[in-house]
Amino acid sequence: MAGTATKEQRPVKPDAATLDEWRQWLRMMVLIRRFEEKAGEAYSLGRIGGFCHLYIGQEAVAVGTISALRPEDYVISAYREHGQALARGMSSRSVMAELYGKATGCSGGKGGSMHLFDAGLHFMGGHGIVGGQIPLGAGFAFAAKYRGTDQVSLTFFGEAAANIGAFHETLNIAGLWKLPAVFVIENNGYGMGTSVQRSSAITDLFERAASYDMPGVVVDGQDVVAVRKAMDDAVRRARSDSSPTLLEVRTYRYVGHSMSDAAHGTYRTKDEVDEYQARDPILVLANRMREAGALDDAAMEAIEKDVMAEVEDALRFADESPEPEPESLWTDVYAPRPASRAESRDN
Amino acid sequence: MPTLTYRDALNQALREELQRDDNVFLMGEEVAEYNGAYKVSRGLLEEFGPRRIVDTPIAELGFAGIGVGSAMVGLRPVIEMMTWNFALLAIDQIVNAAAKIRYMSGGQFGCPIVFRGPGGAALQLGSQHSQAFESWYAHVPGLKVIAPATPADAKGLLKSAIRDDNPVIFMEGEMLYNTKGEVPEGEHVVPIGKADIKREGSDLTLICHSKTVSVALKAADQLGKEDIAAEVLDLRTIRPLDTDAILGSVAKTHRCVIVEEGWPYAGVGAQVAYTIQHEAFDELDAPIERVTGADVPMPYNRALEKAAKADPAKVVQAAKRALYLES
Repeated sequence: MAGTATKEQRPVKPDAATLDEWRQWLRMMVLIRRFEEKAGEAYSLGRIGGFCHLYIGQEAVAVGTISALRPEDYVISAYREHGQALARGMSSRSVMAELYGKATGCSGGKGGSMHLFDAGLHFMGGHGIVGGQIPLGAGFAFAAKYRGTDQVSLTFFGEAAANIGAFHETLNIAGLWKLPAVFVIENNGYGMGTSVQRSSAITDLFERAASYDMPGVVVDGQDVVAVRKAMDDAVRRARSDSSPTLLEVRTYRYVGHSMSDAAHGTYRTKDEVDEYQARDPILVLANRMREAGALDDAAMEAIEKDVMAEVEDALRFADESPEPEPESLWTDVYAPRPASRAESRDN
Repeated sequence: MPTLTYRDALNQALREELQRDDNVFLMGEEVAEYNGAYKVSRGLLEEFGPRRIVDTPIAELGFAGIGVGSAMVGLRPVIEMMTWNFALLAIDQIVNAAAKIRYMSGGQFGCPIVFRGPGGAALQLGSQHSQAFESWYAHVPGLKVIAPATPADAKGLLKSAIRDDNPVIFMEGEMLYNTKGEVPEGEHVVPIGKADIKREGSDLTLICHSKTVSVALKAADQLGKEDIAAEVLDLRTIRPLDTDAILGSVAKTHRCVIVEEGWPYAGVGAQVAYTIQHEAFDELDAPIERVTGADVPMPYNRALEKAAKADPAKVVQAAKRALYLES
């Protein structure tokens, strides 16, 4: 009995391995923050075109969830996915170059901000139609189960996507077929300018899991340690029991929906933004580490310096990289050799 | 050579491809225990089991997207749409995901998937169950669109579609399932993108596909009685279009009528006519004629429905216009 109780309690002082992990998470969250700030600047300077949806404020969601995965697992997201791409291990260079539309970008300059892909890292894309990626995420889980691997599929979407048909159709099937999937509702409070309260008949969105025979879990998205704990549980269910989870992570974006949207003043107040910034995910983890004696001002400064060097390098790389070849307009529409697979089999 | 129905030819193609490659699976509404709404998948559950023959809830968008996701990671799904009318609910996954994944990802991901099911009008099913969507999908770069007319082509083209590394829209004729024809056994593969001359002639070309092939053949019979030799060119694949075959036939006959079940506006025939006038302007001895479904939602009433469909009489009339025999 006593043993069980001890096991479930968090150690008063985190062990060295935990602290090491926290240090990596902290660096990654700072990297995402600074990357996005610089991406915002580059957008204002006209170096990044189209739409650009920044992840500032939501860093703990990407880091806390993706860090729980193995390399062979799958990650898919919507169009606010720069942070998730970085958290999955894509280089700052390849992501920034894609935002710049350069040939060296992760999608060869054909995807842009909303369509970051990395086949090697099983980063299955940013997708631009709200909720459209949810069935695809279930498709990876279906394939894993079909092949009998123990891969897990992680699908991100915003809370507004929980109102679209694709969400309900997919979760019903995932629950029915027991797919090894984790569906993460990244609830930042607003779908563009419409609050959860104005868009959803029930605002505890994780409760929708009950309709689909899967656990529904809610977690504080500003605390990366809590996010990771909840994700560990969900991944275990998926990997060991082939059972899906709906995980609602409550977070907040400090910036507007996209670059054309002011941070506050129309659909939300400055006070509200300030209130969330007081519980900044980077601050929350940094404080936790300071309490454990694992971080001081000098160490924090070193992380900042290291990260800024990486982001500056990414900007330089993106800036200096070549444009895609004009002929690339016409490539990648169809497979290079139609029916090549059939031919190779037949031979 | 055995004679099979169009339905059984499709069934044979599915069975052979399922046997050949474990990555191939069939998913859709009523495909397994019910044996398919149109019985195309009859017996497949028994032979391959529920892992490979997968019944879904009525959730076209959901299972289409699950198919696309599984194809991105190397499976080769065949997604049955009970009819193409219902695929409108899934068109986001077909157009925004399947067709674009390769391009958006800079070539990192492919999507070897087949969406198949019946299209076109049947009999008195009304507006929402009687329409031809070939031109909708043919409009989209990244997709291939196939619409076979005969049992042999149905088998050979479905096998090609399943082996193709691209998303393929495979439109079966709802009125063709019971039609019969000789079908080669075993490895019979018809290449995608190749039209077929179903009847040779020298006076004009009737360009058609799917159900309108039989309409054109009947019209050609009638024209033959008046000593007019019509060539019947079955497109078989709508995208990529077999431009060489079309131009070759028109260079021989110098006149043509394009026949399709779909609506005229921005239809398949509009693209074919553009191609002919642009590539073979000097070969034409008369304006290109079109026979299409009437430009209205399909009515229920039997007589009105008949009036809305392309039929041999309309094709004969159009042919005579192209021959300057009638105005």
